[in-house]
Amino acid sequence: MTNQVNSTLLVSESKHLRDLESESLHIIREVIAEFDRPALLFSGGKDSAVLLHLALKAIRPAPLPFPVVHIDTGHNFPEVIAFRNRVVDKLGVELVVGSVDEAIGTGFIRGPATENGSRNRLQTPVLLETIRRGRYTAVFGGARRDEERARAKERIYSLRDEFGQWDPRNQRPELWNLYNGSIDPGQHMRVFPISNWTELDIWRYIAEEEIDLPEVYYAHDRAVFERDGMLMAVSNVMQPAPGEEIVHRNVRFRTVGDMTSTAAVASEARTPEAVIAETLTTRISERGATRADDRTADAAMEDRKREGYF
Amino acid sequence: MDLLRVATAGSVDDGKSTLIGRLLYDSKSLSDDVIAAVEDASRRQQSDYLNLALLTDGLRAEREQGITIDVAYRYFSTPVRKFILADTPGHIQYTRNMVTGASTAEVALIIVDARNGVVEQSRRHAVIASLLGINHAIICINKMDLVGYDRNVFEAIRDEFTQLMIKLNVQNPIYIPMSALHGDNVVEPSTNMPWYDGEPLLRHLETVPVHEGVNALPLRMPVQYVIRPHLKEHHDYRGYAGSIVSGVLRKGSRIRFMPSGQESVASGIDAPWGPVEEAMAPDAVTVHIKDDLDVGRGELLCSIDDLPRTVQTVSAVVCWMDDRSVLREGDVYRIKHATRTGKSKVTGIDTRFSIESLKGEIGADSLGLNEIGQVTLKLSTSLAIDDYTLNRSTGSFILVSEATNATVAAGMIGPPRFSFQ
Repeated sequence: MTNQVNSTLLVSESKHLRDLESESLHIIREVIAEFDRPALLFSGGKDSAVLLHLALKAIRPAPLPFPVVHIDTGHNFPEVIAFRNRVVDKLGVELVVGSVDEAIGTGFIRGPATENGSRNRLQTPVLLETIRRGRYTAVFGGARRDEERARAKERIYSLRDEFGQWDPRNQRPELWNLYNGSIDPGQHMRVFPISNWTELDIWRYIAEEEIDLPEVYYAHDRAVFERDGMLMAVSNVMQPAPGEEIVHRNVRFRTVGDMTSTAAVASEARTPEAVIAETLTTRISERGATRADDRTADAAMEDRKREGYF
Repeated sequence: MDLLRVATAGSVDDGKSTLIGRLLYDSKSLSDDVIAAVEDASRRQQSDYLNLALLTDGLRAEREQGITIDVAYRYFSTPVRKFILADTPGHIQYTRNMVTGASTAEVALIIVDARNGVVEQSRRHAVIASLLGINHAIICINKMDLVGYDRNVFEAIRDEFTQLMIKLNVQNPIYIPMSALHGDNVVEPSTNMPWYDGEPLLRHLETVPVHEGVNALPLRMPVQYVIRPHLKEHHDYRGYAGSIVSGVLRKGSRIRFMPSGQESVASGIDAPWGPVEEAMAPDAVTVHIKDDLDVGRGELLCSIDDLPRTVQTVSAVVCWMDDRSVLREGDVYRIKHATRTGKSKVTGIDTRFSIESLKGEIGADSLGLNEIGQVTLKLSTSLAIDDYTLNRSTGSFILVSEATNATVAAGMIGPPRFSFQ
């Protein structure tokens, strides 16, 4: 597969990456200058790893002046949690964890009837409660507009009302690079500095900057089973139903969300460069390949976002 | 590979969505599952053809009503260039969204239905593109298949549009006869129109110069904030963080901060990829200076030989964007210009422009939603400015409502690019 790709694409002359990087740094610096209590959502996924890398660049050599926040679904890949801890230790940044397990335990939210259910929707109240407790006024997220069509419509500075809701019909115009950070008490701003990056841009940047990622992003041998045409990983929260056969495959993950709704793709790519080569030839989008949660409805993402989701 | 920002406007029936769909499809930027989802949705709507508007209209309300309401951003790339396409609605009630999409674009794609000629909507888009300072206009004369690929139809529309572009002071517009539905002159040249000897659209998009002229302008870098780590190993560190918006910053060159007027020498420049000898737009940098100055956010780092004007009163073209209020003389708004914020008071509405007639109306007492006029503002703080027609970054500002925090207006300093009379 790799040798079919034109090598000039791989050794990309990376002017466009530099421009995207500068745009992201500009946005992050505006937030640091204008908001009193920012925080950065860090899932341990590749987009948030790039976002954290950019945030550190924006203010270096000063240390990160705000915490990173992880909403732990309890359905994470163990490799992702290990990566999160590794990064936090290495960089000496402050970590704040909002735990879905804990929220279920205290009765703050009610868990779904089955353990196999996705916890995507359950994350939203935990995220909003974590933002409220931290009194964060601006929350960085690693969402990209190329991921999904509701996201294609969202501003870089995206206002949330006091209930954490997004109102897509009533977004502020966003002109030039003049961002309006004005909010009332109780509201907060979600800020998406990598809005204009595509999956391929992210991977090229990871390759160029040698950004560390969880191992599950690269091809490895794993026990999986097929469901609805997707390869799901066998884990303590995800077991095959009767008739679904466990097989060992070389796979990698294109996103690393809730294990119950994140599928693997067959792959031999063990380096960022090999992932880029595969990404250039794939015909399936990132979310289409791997996110069971977005397949439920035409407007699944728009509905979740309105409630306050990432 | 470099990066080009393109804005387009239009509604479902003029073929905008089909054109975008064609660009994405023929440049192989659509994945199979996305195409399958659109096919599926088209079937459910009992549409006879692949409804590419379903691809571009992202919100539930837009799909239900069959119109584009808000700006959507699309991404595609070819081996030479990455494109960011701001896809905006064309209806008059969404003019503000058209302005938003145009504010960051270097190229405007203006779509004309060959059957209808130059109608209101394509005129409005051309006017907005010119006002917002877009240097490259590409006029796509679409649906040529429905007029028998007739050269005379194309030339008549081109000649009519040329008159408009001269009036709007837009240089060297490009005209392309196309059929987005059948793919003529979008990505591939057309075999149906051998009389057209120009390039297809994508070829133009790949070769339009990027950041043209910005490096030749005087140096401007709004200071975002001052990095002072307070760490033992960086005890005396002080860096001025900001993005260069025009000109070239060279290590060792004399600089002046405006409006304070303090001077120094750039002793070091850190780009995101490490220390550099020179940097230019749009690089986000950290600048070190020789002297210990009291400057911070809101100052504009400039070359000493070509300074911006320092003003406390400003005349600007203002596009009103708020649907809950109107702009009137005496109103006070927060203003954000580069990284500086202050208050501004409307001291006069000099002219209200008609985008339809290209005439100016003297003595208007307000600007309502989507209306554009020449307005004078008195400022609570000095601003270091350039005219918008010279510098889009130091010539632009936004107004924010003190009551609702909404962004209520886009402002472009100085006279418009063409005269309304």
